[in-house]
Amino acid sequence: MSVVTKYVLFGIDDNTLQAGARRVEEEFKRELKNAGLDDEIKVVETGSMGIIQKGVVILVEPDDIYYTEVTIDDVKEIVNEHLLKGRPVQRLKFDGKVDKSVVSFRESAQEIKKQNRVVLSNSGVIDPENIEEYIAVNGYEALAKAVTEKKPEDIVEEIKESGLRGRGGAGFPTGLKWSFTAPLDKKPKYLVCNADEGEPGTFKDRLIMEGDPHKLIEGMAIAAYAIGAEKGYIYIRGEYKLSIERTEKAIEDARKYGILGENIFGSGFDFDIEIKIGAGAYVCGEETALLNSLEGGRGNPRVKPPFPGQVGLWDQPTVVNNVETLANVPSIILNGHDWYREMGTEDSKGTKVYTILGHVNNPGLIEVEMGTTLRDIIYKYAGGVKGNFKCALVGGAAGAFIGKEMLDVKMDYDHLGKYKAVLGSGAILVMNQTACIVDMLKNTLAFFKHESCGKCTPCRIGNVHLYNMLDDITKAKGKEEYINNMLTLAESMQQSSLCALGQSAYLVIESATRYFEDEILEHIERKVCPQNVCEMK
Amino acid sequence: MKNLEELRKLREKAQKNIKLRSQDAKIKVVVGMGTSGIAAGAREVLNKFINEINERDLDDVMVTQTGEKGMSSQEPIVEIREENKPTIVYGEMNPDKVEEVVEKHIVNGKVVEEYVVSVEEE
Repeated sequence: MSVVTKYVLFGIDDNTLQAGARRVEEEFKRELKNAGLDDEIKVVETGSMGIIQKGVVILVEPDDIYYTEVTIDDVKEIVNEHLLKGRPVQRLKFDGKVDKSVVSFRESAQEIKKQNRVVLSNSGVIDPENIEEYIAVNGYEALAKAVTEKKPEDIVEEIKESGLRGRGGAGFPTGLKWSFTAPLDKKPKYLVCNADEGEPGTFKDRLIMEGDPHKLIEGMAIAAYAIGAEKGYIYIRGEYKLSIERTEKAIEDARKYGILGENIFGSGFDFDIEIKIGAGAYVCGEETALLNSLEGGRGNPRVKPPFPGQVGLWDQPTVVNNVETLANVPSIILNGHDWYREMGTEDSKGTKVYTILGHVNNPGLIEVEMGTTLRDIIYKYAGGVKGNFKCALVGGAAGAFIGKEMLDVKMDYDHLGKYKAVLGSGAILVMNQTACIVDMLKNTLAFFKHESCGKCTPCRIGNVHLYNMLDDITKAKGKEEYINNMLTLAESMQQSSLCALGQSAYLVIESATRYFEDEILEHIERKVCPQNVCEMK
Repeated sequence: MKNLEELRKLREKAQKNIKLRSQDAKIKVVVGMGTSGIAAGAREVLNKFINEINERDLDDVMVTQTGEKGMSSQEPIVEIREENKPTIVYGEMNPDKVEEVVEKHIVNGKVVEEYVVSVEEE
């Protein structure tokens, strides 16, 4: 009886099959027979080995040696040299790190469970349409405590101390924002929740409103108490039907239970919330345009200063906060700022909700501590990249590209800022080698061009010109000076546009040219699209 | 609600209610009903669970909904929660799989390993 001494494992997946894995395998069996090794060495088929785009992949066990790009012609050498004489074929040996991207969903699920959830602690756990389930998990305790036991100044101070920063994109310290409005005597004041989540690829606010609307309401009520507002508005994007339904129901239930309305918890504090449904303009996510739209006017941004904190809705002092920001508030009040400061990095405290999409195995959302690296987010939580990582667009259309070199940069406001990138809304669009950077840029600029409100010239005209240049490049009509022209134009738009919309093109263009200048030049000089995505005619 | 005391009383009651319910109901079926879940067919899955459970007169099984867990690529997601047992999370559910899960898991206590995406210890 023979004893099996070695196994030759064939990684079988779409890629290796195309590269001819089965033919190599047949050849292998034939050669083993010729060498008289067929009893001793077994050929086994297995799933993907996690080495992608490397032709036929085999693993010799127990030697733990991977061979890649194996062809029929190499088989004899492997059998004679390695299996017969014990000398691995260096020429074919794979010594790169084995990409763990092809992990099964169950492995990522283990990681997903380890998330540190603050904002989404109840999403996926309680019934969002049942107020009592929210109360059962300590819901509204923070509000009750705040209005009955604390002074508004204490709340502002607590949020300041916690280090919470705005989650809408700009990252302005929330406590500081509140402290501009809180001491003003002018009445009435307003609290506005910005739920007009228009950044492409972002859907974190939707998940909060769908999964745990009471947390937002509680956060709003606490914020309103802190700044002295009696009326709150939630400006929700019109497409978010389910968010609107659930938030509306949550507001009604809260009124029924005496949590919204007059004399909340017997404290003398009155507060109520109204929902306003947006009509689909990207620019209305900009706070001053949002206020104009809320007043019934056209959604154009206002000139700042004066800032909404002094002159906001109907010219009254107004605080505008993002959904995720407000959803952080109840936990901070309940657990104290020290607890919150334990999470995150030096200047960015707490957690961040990310939405991951594109060429990853498990798209979805995660909430992790500030400072988690992009590599961890992609490879641990999202199950890795389909194919090879090329770059990620972080922060949506108004974000920036992040290349391979930056996979290990800590994701928070300041670390990314150092590399001319932004955290933005938390959208992470991952691209593999099949994506064309010029095409991506063109799509982004088409979006800006379409969404520009037209109020200020740099944005209205600038985005059209940027788009036209990119369109030319994709049609093999690009000129060498375009790269410089785009950068100069985008930079002047960044400096002179009225709001973030016109200022955004610069980051995305600058980061694209920084990482992928060669690829853009291929389009311009050689008139070819290396990824075969652009028309080029 | 007039004061903090009242909120706390209500919370105790609510927590008891949830417990009581889980004493009556030995098994809780929780369907993820966020936008991605619904888009992937969670409503049909929820209805199928309700129908199957009614047809089989399973009084000790309760069906409820929740928001998204974050596993968008595996929607519709269904959790089977039982006391003193790890929660079983099923992914990519559809009405046919529901029938199987009701028969094998809920009625006969045998987890349908094939559809499991995650097991969550208490």
